Amino acid sequence: MTRYIVRRVIIAVPTLIAISMVVFTILALAPGDPLSEFANNPAVPPQVRQNIRKNLGLDDPIPVRYAKWFRQVVQGDFGYSFRSRSPVLDLIKMRLPTTLYVIGTAYLISILIAIPIGVLSAVKQYSVFDNVATTIAFIGFSLPTFFTGLLLIIVFSVKLGWLPSIYRSTINTPGLLGVWERVEQAIMPIAVLALFQSASLMRYVRASMLETIHLDYVRTARAKGLPGRAVITRHAMRNALIPVVTIIALGVPAVFTGAVVTEQIFRVPGIGSLLITAIYDSDTPVVMAITFIFAVLIVVFNLIADVIYGVLDPRIKYS
Amino acid sequence: MSEVTESRVQSASRADTLAEVGALTAKKPRSLWSNAWRQYRRHKLALAGTFVLLFFIVATIVGPFLWDQSATSIDVAAALQGPSRKHPMGTDILGHDVFARILWGGRVSISVGVVAMLVSIFLGTLIGAISGYFGRFIDSSLMRLTDLFLALPTLPLLLLVIYLFRDPMQKTFGVLIGMFILIVGVIGVLSWMPVARLVRAEFLSLKEKEFIEAARCMGAGTASIIFRHILPNALSPVIVAATLGVGSAIITESTLSFLGLGFPPDTPTWGRLLYEGQEYIEIAPYLVLFPGAVIFLSVLSINYIGDGLRDAIDPQRTL
Repeated sequence: MTRYIVRRVIIAVPTLIAISMVVFTILALAPGDPLSEFANNPAVPPQVRQNIRKNLGLDDPIPVRYAKWFRQVVQGDFGYSFRSRSPVLDLIKMRLPTTLYVIGTAYLISILIAIPIGVLSAVKQYSVFDNVATTIAFIGFSLPTFFTGLLLIIVFSVKLGWLPSIYRSTINTPGLLGVWERVEQAIMPIAVLALFQSASLMRYVRASMLETIHLDYVRTARAKGLPGRAVITRHAMRNALIPVVTIIALGVPAVFTGAVVTEQIFRVPGIGSLLITAIYDSDTPVVMAITFIFAVLIVVFNLIADVIYGVLDPRIKYS
Repeated sequence: MSEVTESRVQSASRADTLAEVGALTAKKPRSLWSNAWRQYRRHKLALAGTFVLLFFIVATIVGPFLWDQSATSIDVAAALQGPSRKHPMGTDILGHDVFARILWGGRVSISVGVVAMLVSIFLGTLIGAISGYFGRFIDSSLMRLTDLFLALPTLPLLLLVIYLFRDPMQKTFGVLIGMFILIVGVIGVLSWMPVARLVRAEFLSLKEKEFIEAARCMGAGTASIIFRHILPNALSPVIVAATLGVGSAIITESTLSFLGLGFPPDTPTWGRLLYEGQEYIEIAPYLVLFPGAVIFLSVLSINYIGDGLRDAIDPQRTL
C-alpha cells in the first residue's frame, strides 16, 4: 500500500511539471505585455521600463524563465504580483478562507442531500418519489450556475429583499448580528453550488445503488429474513457508496473551479475572483500560481480517490 | 474471382431464406436504426426535448427573417421597456429588441455548441482509435497525453487562452470568425479526453473479434479496418457523448461570455445577453430571465435527448 502511494506520487510529479510547462508556455507565448500599463504611462521613462523588465527577468528566453520560476516554486515561493507588488502566496492566503468556507459548506450540504435522496430513489425505483427526485436532479444539473445565481438574486434580493446580493468581506457589526450577516450573505452562493453538486452526485448515488440492489448477496440478506431497512443500510449501501466516495473525492477540484463563476456572480472575494482579476490585469505570477494550484488539486484528489477506493474495497489489488 | 462470385451467390441465397423466414413470420425485418427509434420513442421526455431543440434551431435560422424588429438598431427612447406586444421580451438599455437579439444570438450559441462538439469528437475519436488499434508504445504514450489533458484545470485555461489570444485572432480572421475559431478550438481541445477513452476501450475489445480477423483475411487494409469495420461498431457511445457534448459546450460558451471573455459586445450570444442583463437585474429582471431560460431549456432538451439516445443505442450504460 505504502509502496503504491509512493509510486503514484512519483508518477504525479512529471504530470505536474508538464502541466506547469504548458501553462507557462501559453503565458509566455501570449502577445500581451504584462507591463503594458507602464508602456502607456508617459511618466515612466523608457530606461526605467527596461530596468523593470530586466529585474523581472522578462527578457530572458522562455526555458530560462521557466527554470527560474520552477526553482522558486519548489522552495514554496510563487513570486510577487505585478499589480499589488505583494507576494502571490499572501494574496492567495488572504482569499483562501472565504473560498474554502463557501465551497466546503456547499459540498458538505450537497453530499448530505444527495446520498439519502439517491438511495431512497433507487430503493423505490419508478415510484413518485423517484420520478420527482430524478427530474429535479436532471433539471439541477442542466441549470447553469450563473443562471441559478441570478435567479436567486432576482427572487431573494430584488423581489423579496431578504438576502444581500453582494458578498462583503468587511463586516464589522459586533455580536450575534455580525455573525448572522456573515452567514446570511453566504446562503445564496452556497445554495447555488449545493444545488448543482447534489444534482449530479445524486445521479451517481442512485445508479450505483440500483446496480448493488440487484446483486445476489443482497437477495441473500433478504432471504435470511433481515428487515428491509437493515438490508439497505448495512448491506447494500455500504458497497454502493464505495464508488460514490471516489466520485466525491474526484469532484473536489471541479468544485473549486466551478466556484469561479459563483464568486463572480455574488462578488465573493475568493480565489476565483482573484484569478479573474489577475487574468484581466495580465498579472502573470498570480495567474500561474492559481492555475498551478488547481492542477495540483486535480492530481492530488485523483490520488486520494484511488487510495480510498483501495482502502474501502479490499478486492482492489495494487500492483 | 470465382470464389467471390460463389460467396455472393451463397449470401444471396441466404438472404432469400432469411426473406422466406421473414415472410413466414409476416413481419418486416427491423434494422438497427428502426430498433433504436422504437426504443427512443418510448422516452417521452427525450421526444419532448427533440421537439424543443428542433424548434429552437428552426427559430434561430428562420426567425431573424420573419421577425421585423432589428437586433442592432438603437432606440434609446424605448430603452428598458418590459415585455410588450411590440417587444415580447422587452428592450435593453440601448433599446435593442431582446427577442430579436435572442434569435440572432441563438445562431452563434448553437453553432458554437455543435462545432465545438465536432472538434472534440474528431480529436477524441482519432486519438482513441489510434491508441486502441495500434496498442503498445503508441497506446501508452497517447494515454499519458490523455491523462495529462485530464489533469489540466479546464476553466482557468479556457479563460487564460481566450484572454491572451483574442486580439491577435480577431486581427487575423476578423472579429466574429476569429473569436468563433478561438472559442470552438479551445473548448474542443480541452474536452476530447472522455471520448478518446470511450473509443479506445471499444477498439480494444472490437479488434480481437472474429469479424475483424475475417476482414483482415480478405485483405482489408489498416485504414479500411479502422474506419469501415471497427469505427461503425464503436459509434453508439460516441453518439451519446456527442449529444451531451453540445449541451456542455453551450454552457461553456455562455460561462465565458458571462465572465466577459466571450464574443465581442455587438455579437449577442445567449451568455453575452445574460452578462449585459445582470447589471440591470434590479430594474429589468426580464433581461436575465429570457436569455437564461433559453440556455437552460436548450441544455435540458439536449440532456434529455442524450438520455433517450443512451437508452436506445447504448443500453449497457446506466449513467
